[in-house]
Amino acid sequence: MPDVKKIATRVSYGQELCELGAEYENICVMDADLAASTQTALFGKKFPERFFDAGIQEGNMMGIAAGLATTGKVVFASSFAMFATGRAYEVIRNSIAYPKLNVKICASHAGVSVGEDGASHQCIEDIALMRVIPNMSVIQPADDVETRAAVRAAYAIDGPVYLRLARLASPVFNSAEDYKFEFGKGITLRDGSDVTIVATGLPVTAAMDACDLLEKDGIHARLINIHTIKPIDEEILVRAARETGKIVTVEEHSVIGGFGSAVCEAITEKCPVPVRRIGIPDCFGMSGPALELYKYYGLDAQGIYKRTKEFVCEK
Amino acid sequence: MNKKELLLTANEVRKGIIVGTFHAKSGHPGGSLSATECIVYLYNNVMNIDPEDPEKPDRDRFVLSKGHAAPALYAALAARGFFPKEELRTLRHMGSRLQGHPCFMTPGVDMSTGSLGQGYSAAVGMALSAKISGESYRTYALLGDGELEEGQVWEASMFAGNRKLDNLCVIVDNNNLQIDGTLEEVNSPNPIDKKFEAFGFHVVRVADGNDFDQLAAAFDEAASVKGRPTCIVMKTVKGKGISFMENNAGWHGKATNAEEFKAAMDELTKAEEELCRM
Repeated sequence: MPDVKKIATRVSYGQELCELGAEYENICVMDADLAASTQTALFGKKFPERFFDAGIQEGNMMGIAAGLATTGKVVFASSFAMFATGRAYEVIRNSIAYPKLNVKICASHAGVSVGEDGASHQCIEDIALMRVIPNMSVIQPADDVETRAAVRAAYAIDGPVYLRLARLASPVFNSAEDYKFEFGKGITLRDGSDVTIVATGLPVTAAMDACDLLEKDGIHARLINIHTIKPIDEEILVRAARETGKIVTVEEHSVIGGFGSAVCEAITEKCPVPVRRIGIPDCFGMSGPALELYKYYGLDAQGIYKRTKEFVCEK
Repeated sequence: MNKKELLLTANEVRKGIIVGTFHAKSGHPGGSLSATECIVYLYNNVMNIDPEDPEKPDRDRFVLSKGHAAPALYAALAARGFFPKEELRTLRHMGSRLQGHPCFMTPGVDMSTGSLGQGYSAAVGMALSAKISGESYRTYALLGDGELEEGQVWEASMFAGNRKLDNLCVIVDNNNLQIDGTLEEVNSPNPIDKKFEAFGFHVVRVADGNDFDQLAAAFDEAASVKGRPTCIVMKTVKGKGISFMENNAGWHGKATNAEEFKAAMDELTKAEEELCRM
């Protein structure tokens, strides 16, 4: 495999936030003692007068962010996905989403690719938690280029946004020159007629490799990258269901309530077809190197390939 | 407003609380009545606000962190001219702008609240915003004493104290009763004053938070404090002004029936007549 540039989406976030901060004075950034990890420290260094570290108090951070937003500020509030969405859940619901305030919850270290820290820090419920809240938009970028565009989109959206970011450095597969981010629109990365793989976040690259493996077996898989999980691109999904008859969803999240569930909700009313959901089954994560965990949960290319092939071959 | 006008307005607000909760057949009269004087004083004698322009950027902010006292806030806003007083009868009704707990649907409401502890954090954010943008507005947050049991209150206090937000004034409605009983019976946050002092606040103790003269002195003192936030701990009477509701936790979240409604309104009308003779 040729050398591919790898960069973690949290790093892209931190860098793009600095660019955006230079352009818009009403941007404020908050963190909860994880600025070095979430990468908001970059913004803090550049714009100390607009950066507030709440310390280890995620609920209060979200509440203060809401208060700042009532006065016209656009607040990017970061922590790990576990604490941002878990610990502060009800503050996000009642103080940010209900009054539809411009707080962008940008949470890093989502999913099992957190790695060695283990289950207590591997948030596999956040997509479910955030997408169920009215007024909340949910975006999960798959690489550096998409993350930078997503950060800008989050700023432009009027209302709260959940941006899901990862710890692990991952391949950059989009080209900055050609890439266009359309909020709420899926991106067809590869056409195919036998099955559609719909992926979100880091596993998109593994899904691309899985498509190559399937092709060798004569299975033409369509691949769709969904960066906006809410509102989801119903049109592209229903068309895929109609044209390929089977759908595989891939996410670094519990298969309950997350992306796979969102895809099922989108297609069942208009074109119900069999769906296979690849993700974390109904269990907690565990310590280990990120890539080995991907392999364990079938989120690597081999895993996606095997599950998809079985599914396609089923009568 | 002079003292007589304040007393008459407070009496009018109390009527609004009783009318609203009676027609809603639910709501929280007890904690609304204890907070009445504080809210009336702020909206009439302290805060820079304009009922014709409820969202003017330089307005002082008020956050009712004890959001269940919404009937008092709504009645005070109506009395101040933010919306017609007749609307108070629609409290908690389908399609009404007056939701069970405050939200942005209502003209004059600065923050959605209802889940205890959360409004306070938002108020801290508002005060912080004024500091970084060099604006002169002040932010007031009214908390219940039972609300102090929420951990988020102390997170917000730690932040406000450390950031020396002297444009923030927190008021604790210390009526000593919560749903399950007295503070001591449930999980006492006492001593409240010493706790806020420990978090870096200037603390003003008000012996009777239902007395306008004492409130006037407290808010004057708060406005003069520099370099740290102020906390006014005011002792109040839950259910104040309606004899059968006073100091009775049972009236925390219950509306009057027809008979009680008449008795309460008669009592307030009598009080109004006495005030008019003053």
